[in-house]
Amino acid sequence: MVLRLVSAATAAMFIVSAVHAQIKVGVTVSATGPAASLGIPEKNSFELLPKTIAGQTVTYIVLDDASDTTKAVTNAKKLISEDKVDVIVGSTTTPNSLAIIDVVADGETPNISMGGSARIVDQSNPKARWVFKTPQSDSLMADAIAVHMKANGVTSIGFIGFNDAYGEGWLQEMRRSAATAGIKITTEERYNRTDASTTGQVLKLVAANPQAILIAGSGTPAATPHKELVARGFKGKIYQTHGVANSDFLRVMGKDANGALLPAGPMLVYEQLADSNPVKKVAKEYVTAYEAKFGPRSTFGGHAFDAFTLLNKAVPEALKAAKPGTKEFRVALRNALENVKDVVGVHGVFTMSPGDHNGLDNRGRMMMIIKDGKWFITK
Amino acid sequence: MDATIAALLTQDGLTNGSIYCLLALALVLVFAVTRVIFVPQGEFVAFSALTLAAFEQNKLPGTVWLLLALAAVAAFADVLSRWREPKRMLRSIAGTSLPSALAALLVWGVASAQMAFSIQVLTTIAAVTAMGPAVYRLAFQPIANATVLTLLIVSVAVHFVLTGLGLLFFGAEGVRTTAFTSASFTLGSVSISGQSLLVYAFTIFLVIAMAVFFKFTLFGKALRATAANRTGARLVGISPNFAGSLSITLSAAIGAVSGLLIGPIATIYYDSGFLIGLKGFVGAIVGGLASYPIAAGGAIFVGLVESFSSFWASAYKEVIVFTLIIPVLLWRSLTTTHHEEE
Repeated sequence: MVLRLVSAATAAMFIVSAVHAQIKVGVTVSATGPAASLGIPEKNSFELLPKTIAGQTVTYIVLDDASDTTKAVTNAKKLISEDKVDVIVGSTTTPNSLAIIDVVADGETPNISMGGSARIVDQSNPKARWVFKTPQSDSLMADAIAVHMKANGVTSIGFIGFNDAYGEGWLQEMRRSAATAGIKITTEERYNRTDASTTGQVLKLVAANPQAILIAGSGTPAATPHKELVARGFKGKIYQTHGVANSDFLRVMGKDANGALLPAGPMLVYEQLADSNPVKKVAKEYVTAYEAKFGPRSTFGGHAFDAFTLLNKAVPEALKAAKPGTKEFRVALRNALENVKDVVGVHGVFTMSPGDHNGLDNRGRMMMIIKDGKWFITK
Repeated sequence: MDATIAALLTQDGLTNGSIYCLLALALVLVFAVTRVIFVPQGEFVAFSALTLAAFEQNKLPGTVWLLLALAAVAAFADVLSRWREPKRMLRSIAGTSLPSALAALLVWGVASAQMAFSIQVLTTIAAVTAMGPAVYRLAFQPIANATVLTLLIVSVAVHFVLTGLGLLFFGAEGVRTTAFTSASFTLGSVSISGQSLLVYAFTIFLVIAMAVFFKFTLFGKALRATAANRTGARLVGISPNFAGSLSITLSAAIGAVSGLLIGPIATIYYDSGFLIGLKGFVGAIVGGLASYPIAAGGAIFVGLVESFSSFWASAYKEVIVFTLIIPVLLWRSLTTTHHEEE
């Protein structure tokens, strides 16, 4: 009798372990290089994430792509062919995310990007059907800026952005949004993340005398033209993008940041949200956990957390169809991700569809103003 | 473009050009004495700005750990290679690891006592300078007689190691330090900041000081002798190791001061040094890595080209700056006669 019980228990254990396959999440983030200030909070956030989804163990394989497109591609290939991951989260930046689209599509592995540009999930590219993204798209944010500009009587703006896919994406979206709002872009200037000086570009911007200037940069490098504009006594409004929503930007800017406007996700200022806003509770939990372990919040970490939130919703659906580690599971996961509805993340509410692989709406953005080193929601 | 804009661009170009100029001089110095194209030169610039910024935020600069790491590894290397001769071993340790260890102690003391700004500045210079001997001992002394290409490859490796350590000890974020002076002067319609005047003044001072050092002092003459002929210099009693160590230490000191000068003007990251150093290198190439005045002029020219091209064609700024090197190399290869490396 005892023997039978033991053997039954052993058999049961075997069955459990066979069913209990683990889910592998491959992650490539830019933890070093020029985008490190974005990638590090993302990397940190993965340490906070639960190790199980729907009762299944989740392993995170976190790789660093050094803000380098070639390295991001290598990482994605390695994650797919060697680690046989079920989903890839990353990369941090727009150029890196664009670079790995081909790899994830060929490897038929769903990908949740944390890059900013809408082009990453542009569904007119058939390969992008495997790609989703959590950050608010530049198109959504550009609209927010154009609406704010129009409401404040701005009719001419100057543009200065990164000389890469991030700046280029913003420029195109801003051209579109500005045209819709009847705003003229007087000057279009570029600079590099690593530039020590932007005097030349700023002089040209100021010389055209626009009412406002938009700086399309991310992290502390976005401070370079901003400080230069203040030093040159530019009197108009200065707009930044959601790429600067971290405390390091405020530290480097000091008092020069006063009055700067930017669109950002609600997580940044969850304390100022109405209690009825569903995002408030989720954001509070995440930010409290993050700040207890790693210091001041960064919206970029929130994008990583939202990637988990999406997976948390989609994985149980996919598990109904197949076991992790199989091609069927990856296909099911992709389909499940495409069909998530009203998932509350820290950056807004996600509702995906075959045409929209970002899924955020106006609840995912708000205009903020910087005063004395703090972010405030503009009325 | 009107005269005001041109004047402002010139001012910006001169300020950046002066920093490139300092680095170009350091590169020429190191190359002349050791035949090393000193890629990590820019790292000293970044480390110095980051150290001062940490002092200002009342944080313990990561420099302490960097120096201790360098000191420990250099001491280990000395023990490993010289354990049969305790006397020489101790002398070597005193020359390479001890300065780093002492500097680490000094940085720690100044940071925990939160001393005055001027002392923080001097400590920063001392700390970054102290990295020089250890870097030379670890990377270049064992292969001092290798070919220029081998030395260059090692130099690139040192650059990657130092950048990696910089990320580890200083973090990914950029810093700006407070300016030494908030004074500014108005010249017609152009206002010139006191900080950029300081940059010009120090550059001019350094050009003159280097000329005096190499012409009139014993150490300077010894360095020149090593640069001209290593074997000959050895025969008359100049230690090539000492000369190499001294030249890299001097270039670390120049890098440290450059970092302090550029810190308030630009946001400096752990990896900012490379690009600044690279532009200094373009300047140094104009001078054929041999002539100080031509290298200085070349570096200032790079700064001006950069400034004006950022106004006219900001998207192609870097392309324009680095394309400068092609006509210069063409011209140099046509005008100089080629000779095989000994």
